[in-house]
Amino acid sequence: MADVQTVEQGKIAADKEKMPLLVVRDLKKHFPIKRGLIQRTVGHVRAVDGVSLSVDTGETFGLVGESGCGKSTTGRSILRLIEPTAGEILFEGRDIRKMGSAEMRRMRRKMQIVFQDPYASLNPRYTVRQVLEEPMLIHNLFSTAAERKKRASQLMEIVGLSPSRLDRYPHEFSGGQRQRIGIARALAVDPKLIIADEPVSALDVSVQSQVLNLLDDLQKELGLAYVFIAHDLSVVKHISDRIGVMYLGRMVELSPADALYSEPLHPYSQALLSAVPVPDPEAKRDRIILQGDLPSPSKPPTGCPFHPRCKDAKDICKTVVPTWEEIRPDHFVACHLYS
Amino acid sequence: MATQIVQHAVKKPERKVTVGKSPTRLAFERFFRNPLAVAGVIVLSLIILVTIFAPFLTKFSPSTADIMNTDSPPTALHPLGTDASGFDNLARVLYGGRVDLTVAFAAAFMSMFLGTLYGGISGFFGGWVDNIMMRFVDIMLNFPFLILVLALESIFSVQGVWILVFVVGVTAWPGPARLMRGMFLQLREQDYVIGARTIGCSSWRIIFRHMLPNTLSFLIVLVSFSVASYVGLEAALSFLGLGVPLSVPSWGGMLNASTGYIQLTTEPYAWGPPMAMIVLTILSVNFIGDGLRDAFDPQSKA
Repeated sequence: MADVQTVEQGKIAADKEKMPLLVVRDLKKHFPIKRGLIQRTVGHVRAVDGVSLSVDTGETFGLVGESGCGKSTTGRSILRLIEPTAGEILFEGRDIRKMGSAEMRRMRRKMQIVFQDPYASLNPRYTVRQVLEEPMLIHNLFSTAAERKKRASQLMEIVGLSPSRLDRYPHEFSGGQRQRIGIARALAVDPKLIIADEPVSALDVSVQSQVLNLLDDLQKELGLAYVFIAHDLSVVKHISDRIGVMYLGRMVELSPADALYSEPLHPYSQALLSAVPVPDPEAKRDRIILQGDLPSPSKPPTGCPFHPRCKDAKDICKTVVPTWEEIRPDHFVACHLYS
Repeated sequence: MATQIVQHAVKKPERKVTVGKSPTRLAFERFFRNPLAVAGVIVLSLIILVTIFAPFLTKFSPSTADIMNTDSPPTALHPLGTDASGFDNLARVLYGGRVDLTVAFAAAFMSMFLGTLYGGISGFFGGWVDNIMMRFVDIMLNFPFLILVLALESIFSVQGVWILVFVVGVTAWPGPARLMRGMFLQLREQDYVIGARTIGCSSWRIIFRHMLPNTLSFLIVLVSFSVASYVGLEAALSFLGLGVPLSVPSWGGMLNASTGYIQLTTEPYAWGPPMAMIVLTILSVNFIGDGLRDAFDPQSKA
């Protein structure tokens, strides 16, 4: 009997180990459209419409898609910065949507965000020291000011800035340096997951690679998991283990990074990849130019949301929503061409 | 090359750990490089000093009449003459500034405080709270201001400096409230405010540490411009007889006392000085406000 119990417990422990750090199931965020004097709801913008993904400890999950496809909304909904309409967000096996505000605040220690715009993400009236020490104060990480000071200096060194500049204000730093401060703030609470919301798209190309390398090094050292949101596929390729492609609030393809780049299955992924610039002026490639505009997420097309722009669209695509299927091991796609 | 490296290495420890300048400090440095604004500060300081040190500048009290010298033209004894009751005009101009400036500054701070509180709550929470609160502001803004002041004055049935401050304060807050609500709505979507939420800040901490300090520059400019308009407002209300009681000296009250045709044509020494004081005060406060606005303008980067 006792044996059975220990075996059972071992199994649960093993399951827990196998359990991804973050599991998102069928996440939805619909923004109501309000009109008129009494602000009647006349429709919904389906910014995120049933996204599922999982992120393991120490893994980078790349999330790509064009502007307005709901990548950022997905990222912010995972942190409950935007309250999701529906779905489950399991962090370390617990649904954070069911947490009260006090518990949620404690939970925020483990999941942080790095913003896109380094000029808007730091309070202009805080010195860098205040920026870095505030999270420590809120979560009571250290009991003395000296310890906080030490940790702040340490954080500055981790992100490659001089601790002598701790008492300076954000406006005295360049964009790349501010982004490093933003990363240091996220690291201040020892998080397990960082949502990086286009962290390099506002930076110069030369600075981009520095910040990407920093993120990469930090991941190796601290075992961080990233959800890396970007619209630049070459950036995502550099850093991601697995990649999810979003279109109009839905995930259309999810696969290991190599598989996606070598053999994209969904026509939308194929079009996106064909747009990645190649650093060879002689190379001629067939670009798939997408026709038409991104449809409004308040009136998504029937059937497959991509069918009006798809070069391979069939009749079934116009009426039936394709199911999410594992076509190859770990390679998921929602497309009628493969079912 | 090698020496260069050595020099560099030697130099480095000498570099002091410097403390950065806050955006507010930078703004004030810019402000004091603006000649018009500095002139405004000097003139306003002079006016304030003169009213504070009035007892040293005239031996007359503004509320005791020199009955032997009523309606006196300027003399050595009364440099600006006396009015019909024998009050010394110079004393009334000097002491009158106290009332005008107190009312203007106190009312500006009161309406700013109420406006920030109301607009801040409305903007921070947004949604239906914001909707209801802003409809009330619309009603207040559309209410005829003078009638409201008249009604409030008659409700209190006594006139006085603090009653006037209260009346102006409670009628003038909707303007600042609407502006502050806009500021809060805008700040709420700023990444650093969202960032504060992700590190676990409470709503109060976000409001008082992250949002309010970033409205400060805007508030300072707003206060300076409302001080200017309330100096004018106090003068206008006193001119209409709705301000402070006549026994209390004020610039508007002095103008009210000189409305007769005879006084206007023959006694410019009676109404000229208070009028000049009103104009100077409003002008200098406006210059200060302009200077502050330019200094805090996010477009001008130092």
